[in-house]
Amino acid sequence: MEALLSLFVKALFLENMALAFFLGMCSFLACSKKVDTALGLGVAVAFVQVLTVPLNNLILVYLLKEGALGWISPALAKVDLTFLAFILFIGTIAAAVQVVEMAVEKFAPGLYATLGVFLPLIAVNCVILGGSLFMQERDYGFGESVVFGLGSGLGFALAIVAMAAVREKLAYGHPPAGLKGLGITFVTAGLISMAFMVFSGIQL
Amino acid sequence: MSFGKREREALLGPVLANNPIGVQVLGICSALAVTTRVDKALVMTAGVLLVTLLANVAVSLVRNHTPGSIRIIVQLAIIASLVIVFDQVLKATLYELSLELSVFVGLIITNCIVMGRAEGYAMQNPPLASALDGIGNGLGYGLVLFATAFLRELLGAGKVLGFTILPVVKDGGWYVPNGLMLLAPSGLFIIAGLIWLLRTLKPELQEKD
Repeated sequence: MEALLSLFVKALFLENMALAFFLGMCSFLACSKKVDTALGLGVAVAFVQVLTVPLNNLILVYLLKEGALGWISPALAKVDLTFLAFILFIGTIAAAVQVVEMAVEKFAPGLYATLGVFLPLIAVNCVILGGSLFMQERDYGFGESVVFGLGSGLGFALAIVAMAAVREKLAYGHPPAGLKGLGITFVTAGLISMAFMVFSGIQL
Repeated sequence: MSFGKREREALLGPVLANNPIGVQVLGICSALAVTTRVDKALVMTAGVLLVTLLANVAVSLVRNHTPGSIRIIVQLAIIASLVIVFDQVLKATLYELSLELSVFVGLIITNCIVMGRAEGYAMQNPPLASALDGIGNGLGYGLVLFATAFLRELLGAGKVLGFTILPVVKDGGWYVPNGLMLLAPSGLFIIAGLIWLLRTLKPELQEKD
């Protein structure tokens, strides 16, 4: 239990997807002009993340790992399909996003109207694929995958909302002409990223 | 198959004037994450260049047979297969480096440059022009990556490609390394500086209110 809690805190603050690994930077920069949109995107990413990381974990363990196909016939006991991980992961993610989109449209039209534009884009968000690849690289079990998916998804939501809140205020500032817009946003992201480094002292 | 104006523009345009990172703002994630050392940046550039080149050619070859409604999934399948090949080759030849690049090789799949060029250029243009566009964008990406990695490795560890340029104090030299350069935020600051430089030199790129 303590290990899982520690993993959650680590994924949320210390190894924040956006601020420590720079994953999902494109949407992090493009959708952080307003807190509302940022919150919508953040929630959608966290939701898809907590769905796809455990799903890909199951695929990896029961289909791709060496010996995972042994139950079909003993001849397949030595087959190792892990090199197919990339293409299966991205397929699962695209399918999951599609299913989530249809489910949200049917059962929560209000939420769909808010998230509508972002949902399809999430399929090619680096945070989602990155989460599954980290899960593979670090050999997480099923329980750890759920916790890691939740922590990293919420971490991205936290980062993008914080960024949007700063940018809303920043709109009234007067940076040098060349830094206006994109440049000053990078500097802001760098400062937030430095601030998040204080969490590296946390020991659970 | 003549090398006309369109071909030249496709090859040279993205290197500076229409740089994928500095102007189109694509593929930022990996530009920040793999630039702590020059060798990592170079391998990453090779990967993105090859994948963009081959994906552009492949997408361009099937562009007249791809139904519009499933084009994204076709592009993703092509790109993912190419990245798998690159990843396997890298693991077989440069295993140590592939461990350090960890998930970022796989993330070439979702790199916006690859996807953006396939969707934005290769879907409308013949294979030769698409190939040149792929090379051009790969080089433009590599240029920014190399500049960032050069600064970060030089100031952070006093080395370039593992060769000592500024002898650090720890090894009896005089240079006190700037530890921040090896940490995440410095990548953001350096790219911000590069964008500032680019937009000061080319004022038409500056954003208006």
